[in-house]
Formats: sequence, C-alpha cells, structure tokens
Amino acid sequence: MIRLKDVELEYENGTKAIQGITLTIEDGEFVFLVGPSGSGKSTIIKLLTGELLPTFGRVMVNGFSIMNVRDPQIPLMRRTLGVVYQDFRLIDKKTVYDNLSFVMRAVGANPREIKDRIPRILHVLELEDKMQCYPRELSGGEQQRVAIARALVNHPSTIIADEPTGNLDPDRSMDLMRLLIRVNQMGTTVVVVTHARELVNRFGKRVVTLDAGLITHDAVGRYVGGRRYG
Amino acid sequence: MVKHNFVYFFREGLKNMSSHRLMSFTAISMTLGCLLIMGTFTLVAVNAAMNLSTLANSNEIVAFVDETLTEQQGRALEEKLLSIPNITAARYITRAEALAAYTEKNPQEELFRDLDPGIFRDRYALTIENLEQIDLTVRRVEHTDGIAKVNYYEEMASGIITVRNVAAIVSAALIGVLFVVSVFIISNTIRLTTYDRREEIAIMKIVGATNAFIRWPFVYEGFLMGMIAGGLAFLLQWGLYAAVTGAVAENDAQRLFEILPFSRIWLPVLGSFLGTGMLVGIGGSMTAIRRFLDV
Repeated sequence: MIRLKDVELEYENGTKAIQGITLTIEDGEFVFLVGPSGSGKSTIIKLLTGELLPTFGRVMVNGFSIMNVRDPQIPLMRRTLGVVYQDFRLIDKKTVYDNLSFVMRAVGANPREIKDRIPRILHVLELEDKMQCYPRELSGGEQQRVAIARALVNHPSTIIADEPTGNLDPDRSMDLMRLLIRVNQMGTTVVVVTHARELVNRFGKRVVTLDAGLITHDAVGRYVGGRRYG
Repeated sequence: MVKHNFVYFFREGLKNMSSHRLMSFTAISMTLGCLLIMGTFTLVAVNAAMNLSTLANSNEIVAFVDETLTEQQGRALEEKLLSIPNITAARYITRAEALAAYTEKNPQEELFRDLDPGIFRDRYALTIENLEQIDLTVRRVEHTDGIAKVNYYEEMASGIITVRNVAAIVSAALIGVLFVVSVFIISNTIRLTTYDRREEIAIMKIVGATNAFIRWPFVYEGFLMGMIAGGLAFLLQWGLYAAVTGAVAENDAQRLFEILPFSRIWLPVLGSFLGTGMLVGIGGSMTAIRRFLDV
C-alpha cells in the first residue's frame, strides 16, 4: 500500500513542488496520475522511490516509512517497486538478457534463478527472440517492453511507470497499457504517470489529477480538468 | 544479504578497466613508478641499516695499551674500560696474539712472516653497543689512564649513519607523498568509469541494489590496477636491484659495503609491493565511488 499524508516538499530554491497532498493507493489498484508539467507528478514518484524526502508529512511505501527508513533499508524498500521510465533507461552496452540479469544479480538472485526467470518473463512480453539483441537493435515499443520486463523481473508488489508511452506511437501505447492492465490483473499495484488523456479515458481506472502541487481531482473514470496536459 | 559473487565482481572489474584502457594504463604506470621510488629508497635504508648493524657488531674499537705498562697492569684496565657507557665487551690481546692474528690474515705476505712481536702493542678489542655514540665513547676511552691510542673507522661509521638516516627520512616522506599521489591517480581513473556507468549505477540503486553491491566492481577494478602495478614494480625492482648490486660489487673491491642478496628479501619486497598496490587501489576506488552512493 502507498500512503501520502499531508505531504509537502519545498526545494532549496524555495519552489514548492508539493503543497499538502494526502493520497492512498491500495494494494492491487491501478491508478493514473495526471496533470500538467510542473504539477508535481515526477516529484511524487521521487518521493515514492526515496530519491527525495518530504519537508513535511508522511510517506509510506509497502510498509516502509520514507521519513524513518534507515540507509540500509532503502534498497529493501526499493525492491518492492518496479520503475519504468519514458526514456526506457536501458544499458546500451548490455543485451536484453544482460539488462535483466544485472538487476536480478543486484538483489542477490542466484544464476539458476536468473536463467529460469528471464526467458519466462521475456516470453510473456513476446521478446523471447530478442534476448541477445542490444537496445539499439530494438524498436521503441520493444525497448519499453524490455523496461517493463526489467521492472517486473524481481517480482515487485508495485509498478511505477513514469510517462511510459511518451516515446511510443498510439498503437504501441495502447499495447503497453494493455500489458500494464494484465500486470495489474495478476495482483501488482500499478501507478502510471501520463499525459495521454485518450488512454486515461479509455481504461476507466482511478485517475488522480494534480495541479501546482495539489490534488485537484481523484475519481474513477475519466480525467477531469480544464488545463491541457503538457 | 546479497551473496558475494567473486566471479561476477571480478569480471565487472576487468570490464571497467578495459573500458578506459589508456587511463588504466596511465594509472598503473604512475602507481608502478611511485611504488618503484618508494621501494628503492626503502631498500637503500634497509641496506644502510644492515651495514650499520654489521659494523656495530663486527667492527671493534682497538684501544692500544701504553707501552710503559706491564701485561698485568694492562690487563687491570679491563674493569675501567667496561665501566665506560656503550662498551659491552673488552678483550685483551697481547702483542704475540696480535702478530699471530696479523700473519694469519695476511698469509701471502712473506715479508711479515718473521716479525718480532715487539713491534706490536698490547691492546683491547672493545665492542660497542650503539654506533651512533661512537665518538663520545672513543673520547672516553682515549681519556682513560693507561690507554695510548684508539683506532676506529670513524668516516665509514658516520657515512653509513648519514646514508641510513637520509634514506629513512626520504623514504618515509616519499612513501607518504607517493601513496597519496597513487590513490589520487587511481581514484580519478575509477571516477571516469563511474561516470561512464552512472546510468547503470542509478538503475541498480532504483531496483534495490545495496551500496556494497554497487561498490564491489569498482573496488575490484582498483584492486586489480593496484596488484598489476605492484607485481610489475616488483619485477622492475628486482632488475634494478640486481643491476645496482652488480655495479657495487664491481666498484667496491674492498667489500666495504655489504648488499643484502635479493633472494633473501624477495618475499617481503613482493608482499610490500602487492600490499601497498592493493591498499592504493582499494583506497582510490573507495574515494571515487563514495559520492555516487549518496542517493
């Protein structure tokens, strides 16, 4: 479960990125986080991954309190999350297989687990024939699927996707969303930060709208908001 | 707890090194140079200390007894001489024993075969404890009633003391400075690798890798560079030492200076080079990676 209670975050230059947000995301939920640029979406993701600490309020992520978590526990907290980025963030010098195996090694998986799990996850994502390819040899959609495979490979309880369709065409974006819905149906909590209003409206999931560091709308269904996302 | 995967970390360390071949080569060369300078000065200091101790043990002060004294009076001086600080033993040598020792030392010199013992003097062979206080000790012996003259290798003793002291001070200072320089060079090289792999490090952190897991490949990289530099420095030091030993043997016909054979010191030299190389490498890598582990 993710819980933000009265969270405020002010950067050193005085910019208030988050101005008192309270938000609960239950286990197994699918949530779209939408809003214009500068509304605080990316800041919330950084709060959830422990890259930033709130200046006020409490952030709980899958049983870890971000304010109280000690340094050695941060990796344990992060292992409960799988993060997918708009620019994929794959390692160019590594093959698809190695991009997945190094994150498994990083959390202590043994070679047998790695050999077992990676082909299975690549099969689910229809990437089994790309195992030995380098990221530059893949299309944008394929690269994003590898990024999702990497996020899933350590069996996190929550997937956080930051603008995952930003670099994909509409068809690939739709495929990707369907994939995330499937992941969610298997019990994983999914939080998607996106600008793609059509996608948001199409899936009828919970939509949390942010503006200027505040939640302006939180409901299931379509997004609500006058400003154009950008 | 993540299990320590030696093979994986070692391979990653090698990959890191090869990703910046030129910089790695430069770092290894510079560290090798630093180790060689440190080693050379340390070996000079070690050899000087060894010669000094040999000199202290084997080179006795010879105190000649006044010729007007009888042998009995001469032998009575022993107690007085032993009461002088820094003298640990006093051995009375009669003229006849002195002649016998001289002819035994120079058996080829026919001229001295039938010498009269009367041309030698009774004497004391005095063993001293601390060669650095030899001047004071000699002055005290000279002022002892019944002692006519004292002989000792003043210049040689003071020369070796100077060499030993200078080498010890210079090597201590150089070890300090060059150690820091080597750590800095290796640290900068590894900083390049960490910069090159910053995206990878960021991803590792986001998926929950511990700082130790992220750090290990860089520690191995530094360790490998340090060990390679240490190993090569040992081989070069060996060659240099052999060359210097040969040159000294050629020019020091009287064998005034003794040089420790390399076969007796190769193990501590190798251990010191590899140990210092390892410390420099690991120290450099730890310094380089520290700031990447903040988040």
